[in-house]
Amino acid sequence: MLTLKCPYCGVQAEETELHAGGEAHLTRFGPDSSDDDFETYLFTRENPKGVHFERWRHSHGCGKWFHAARCTMTLEVFGTYPAQTTEPPQDIRDAITAKRPGWTWREFS
Amino acid sequence: MSMRLPTGGRLTDRSYRMEFTFNGKRMTGYAGDTLASALLANDQLLMGRSFKYHRPRGPVASGAEEPNALVNLGKGDRFEPNQRATTTELFNGLTATSQNHWPSLEADIGALNTHLSRVLPAGFYYKMFMYPRAFWKHVYEPFIRQSAGLGKAPDAESRDADSYEHFYHFTDVLVVGGGVAGLMAAKTAAQSGAKVLLLEQSAHWGGRAPVDGGTIGGQSPEDWTDATLAELQAMPNVTLRSRTMGAGVYDHGYALGYERLTDHAPEAPGPRHRLWRIRAKQIVTATGAIERPLSFAGNDIPGVMLASAMRDYLVNWGVSIGDRTVVVTNNDDAYRTAIALKKAGLDVPAIIDARSYGGGALMAEARAMGIRVEQGRGVAKVLGGKRVTGVAVCNQLGEGAVLDEIACDAVAMSGGWSPVVHLWSHCGGKLDWDEAGAFFRPRAGAAPTDADGKPFVSVAGAADGHMTLAGLLQDAAETGAAAATAAGFDAAQTVAPEAEEVAEKPLEPVWLMPQGARYDLRMKAWLDYQNDVKVSDVQLAAREGYESVEHTKRYTTLGMATDQGKLSNINGLATLSNALGESIPQVGTTTFRPPYTPISMGAIAGEAHGALFQPVRQTPIHAWHEENGAHWEPVGQWRRPYCYPKGEEDHAQAVIREVKAVRQSLGLLDASTLGKIIVKGPDAGRFLDMLYTNMMSTLKPGKCRYGLMCSENGFLIDDGVVARIDEDTFLCHTTTGGAESIHAHMEEWLQTEWWDWQVYTANVTEQFAQIAVVGPKARMLLEKLGGMNVSKEALPFMAWKDGTLGGFPVRVYRISFSGELSYEIATPAGHGRALWDLLCARGAEWNITPYGTEALHVLRAEKGFIMIGDETDGTVIPQDLGLNWAISKKKVDYLGKRAQAWPHMTDPARWKLVGLLTEDSSVLPEGAYAVADGTNANGQRNTQGRVTSTYFSPTLGRGIAMGLVLNGPDRMGEVIEFTHIEGFTVPARIVDPVFYDPEGEKQNV
Repeated sequence: MLTLKCPYCGVQAEETELHAGGEAHLTRFGPDSSDDDFETYLFTRENPKGVHFERWRHSHGCGKWFHAARCTMTLEVFGTYPAQTTEPPQDIRDAITAKRPGWTWREFS
Repeated sequence: MSMRLPTGGRLTDRSYRMEFTFNGKRMTGYAGDTLASALLANDQLLMGRSFKYHRPRGPVASGAEEPNALVNLGKGDRFEPNQRATTTELFNGLTATSQNHWPSLEADIGALNTHLSRVLPAGFYYKMFMYPRAFWKHVYEPFIRQSAGLGKAPDAESRDADSYEHFYHFTDVLVVGGGVAGLMAAKTAAQSGAKVLLLEQSAHWGGRAPVDGGTIGGQSPEDWTDATLAELQAMPNVTLRSRTMGAGVYDHGYALGYERLTDHAPEAPGPRHRLWRIRAKQIVTATGAIERPLSFAGNDIPGVMLASAMRDYLVNWGVSIGDRTVVVTNNDDAYRTAIALKKAGLDVPAIIDARSYGGGALMAEARAMGIRVEQGRGVAKVLGGKRVTGVAVCNQLGEGAVLDEIACDAVAMSGGWSPVVHLWSHCGGKLDWDEAGAFFRPRAGAAPTDADGKPFVSVAGAADGHMTLAGLLQDAAETGAAAATAAGFDAAQTVAPEAEEVAEKPLEPVWLMPQGARYDLRMKAWLDYQNDVKVSDVQLAAREGYESVEHTKRYTTLGMATDQGKLSNINGLATLSNALGESIPQVGTTTFRPPYTPISMGAIAGEAHGALFQPVRQTPIHAWHEENGAHWEPVGQWRRPYCYPKGEEDHAQAVIREVKAVRQSLGLLDASTLGKIIVKGPDAGRFLDMLYTNMMSTLKPGKCRYGLMCSENGFLIDDGVVARIDEDTFLCHTTTGGAESIHAHMEEWLQTEWWDWQVYTANVTEQFAQIAVVGPKARMLLEKLGGMNVSKEALPFMAWKDGTLGGFPVRVYRISFSGELSYEIATPAGHGRALWDLLCARGAEWNITPYGTEALHVLRAEKGFIMIGDETDGTVIPQDLGLNWAISKKKVDYLGKRAQAWPHMTDPARWKLVGLLTEDSSVLPEGAYAVADGTNANGQRNTQGRVTSTYFSPTLGRGIAMGLVLNGPDRMGEVIEFTHIEGFTVPARIVDPVFYDPEGEKQNV
């Protein structure tokens, strides 16, 4: 069972306190979007063996959504950060680079 | 015969006798006995039957690895099957019965299978039960069901009489295993100041060192254990728990401990088992090693036992397995058993050592005691049926030609030792094959890693492959100190105490005895005792193309029994690797999965059963419902009254009475469970426009509007009435089950997509009681209460107003889910019951009738109102339900709008909502399908619709239904056929879904 630090309340939360929300940093496509864009937004997801960005909610805690950068293979957690951003913050990227040089994930690296 | 010796037994207290029964037979044992040692002391060597061939079996081990001695334990509500006699501590009044035989343990008809074993090889099930196909249902399935399962399932009507609990624990260092290595590791870790938890699965500390001998720091292992235990007990930062197994290691330092508190003392108060949910910064597994059997013909006959187990029974419990014991070995350790037996005055006719070079100092000692030692020899086969009568000796290098027969009544075997690497492996620790020791050991530098990517599991002692006393103590001292350092403490470099024991010669791996054994010998050489897998079965699997150890496991069932292959694993995969011509590390191991040994379902459930399984949510009016005979319906975690039967009424009659009362006079509904979410802020209107399909931002304060909510996939997820409280504030009603999920849905969008919008939400569902006063007399009742103007002009349909009624502060919504004149009155939860009581009292003159959820459903169905979960199932869009009027055409965007433009969402062939009236007025079956001509590709009848809601309508005096039907709205008046479970079809006419008051005149008065 994972533990993740909630970036809002600072609690080192156990998985039973958290709700997993799938891939992070999705861009919403609305009514005027193409079928391809909309399909990608709804259904196409990364399935990496390694660095991944996910959405989590501290559902049995402060109720806030946050993002976690972690390794799907070793479960190493590189960092967590508030969900109010469209891309991983630089300090998180640096933390990943320190552990996994040359990492890439979608358009980020 | 097996018996209690006149003296000996370091764990038993001969001053305290205990009585117990086995298969109804009264027996006695001593305090400190296990059930296995007590049975053996009573010459009850035969303890069970194997799963497939029903072979007679006695214990082969003395601990958690035991595959044979499984019994039914207890009676009635405390009955439990498949309990290991070797780990069951004896208590006064214990009752046990043996398993998997008929009519009795001694004479078992199923034992015929053993004579059929030539036609029951590996994969028999897969080969046999395929054809002819018709045999499956009437021959094979009943046969398999009859023979499935080892123990007896508890009576379905019985309930677990014991209590269980979960316990949360946080520690710097968790040490699993209370043998000398675990004690040593715990001590060096604790000396750094780290918080240490030490778990031991048995009732005793010190592991097997006190049995095996040697000295530690000049003391006997037993004295050293006692002294070290006393030191640890005196340290405030150390927690010690015996009878607590380290069951599993999981991600990020999570571990489970399984504490058996009262299994040995059933009358003691408190919980029976406790599940420790542990978070540890570092985990040290000091889980020791398990001896391996040797694979020779007849190695399963009762009386054949692991050499270490035989030593345990002798030293720990003063029990001998036989008078004349032949020892068979490929290593020096088994000589200790021979020497111990001899010292106890028992006869050891021979030690058969497969090594041509023989053993070291221990062999010399045995010879000096007059024991015959045969080097380079093996056992061709064991003689005997339900009990050993002798062994046939052969050359280990031959194919089994008998050189000699030695009469004996017990055989002690040793194939070497395997470190218990389970806990290391649970979370991904890697293994290396150790050629010298012929075992898998934890690979240095390949430990499971934690959230920071740092190793959090280490292994100490024999579990790490250190098989000498001095070596394992030094390893444990270093491992304990390293774990404390990794947990952030300053552990001093610790030197383990000097340990001495007799030096040993290396073992020689023996995977089959004799190494060229003929087929008739190989098919009697057991690998997995419980599931009856033999050397010949694994070889057959290899010939049939099973190359992966994981596939071979499942095909042969090797290691799939309740012991999970603790004895059979290494022997089995060595056999497989030989058959495949590959090395053992190439073949690899199967996956080690928690728990280490089975743990009780009660421990997993903990307190969460019965009334504590989940919270029951009660409205402020709950007690009134209970006092007035409500029949309850669970709705999510809520309990809602389904109906209130009176006198002799059945539920159907009560529902009819309640519906009629609402239509004709006055009804009362506890609607408190409806979700109530406040959405507030300058952007609240804009936000709700995105959440609902219709326009909410244009709603005027003081007004209500019915709204639909869709997921981004376009499907309808919730509905309810939205009231605008003021310019910045809305109150959104949700379905009873949807309050929490819709609130979470709102928060998700606000926090993760539109975080710059100024809106906040609050779920106030439980802050208010809400009571619906419904029926033609509703206004008269509220006017009688007085306090506010509830006239049509002052409070028109779809408006709300704050005020007082009968002195209570209220917010009154003029909304209707029944089609009648209706007021929904919200009041702070604390006033709910008093307001309800007042309404009941003042409404008596109109025969005010509380009604339940079923009447609510009937009333709404008569009006053609949809219900989330009935008309919707996660694949239905509002357009399917004829709700286009509630979908804004003006809005640029709302959740679900884009998806509702998919071609398959706008497909005219989507089934659409209609009303359905049977030709004979009967009630259509729930969920019935409308049949169409022809069949589909699977030969099934084509369908053209299905029933979504179906009720008897008291108002119309007939069955009414709603359903989704192909081109339904265009087929008014057409009669289609619906399936009935009895095999016939029911004709029903397609009609408008609004059955009652289609103009809506009744609600708008």
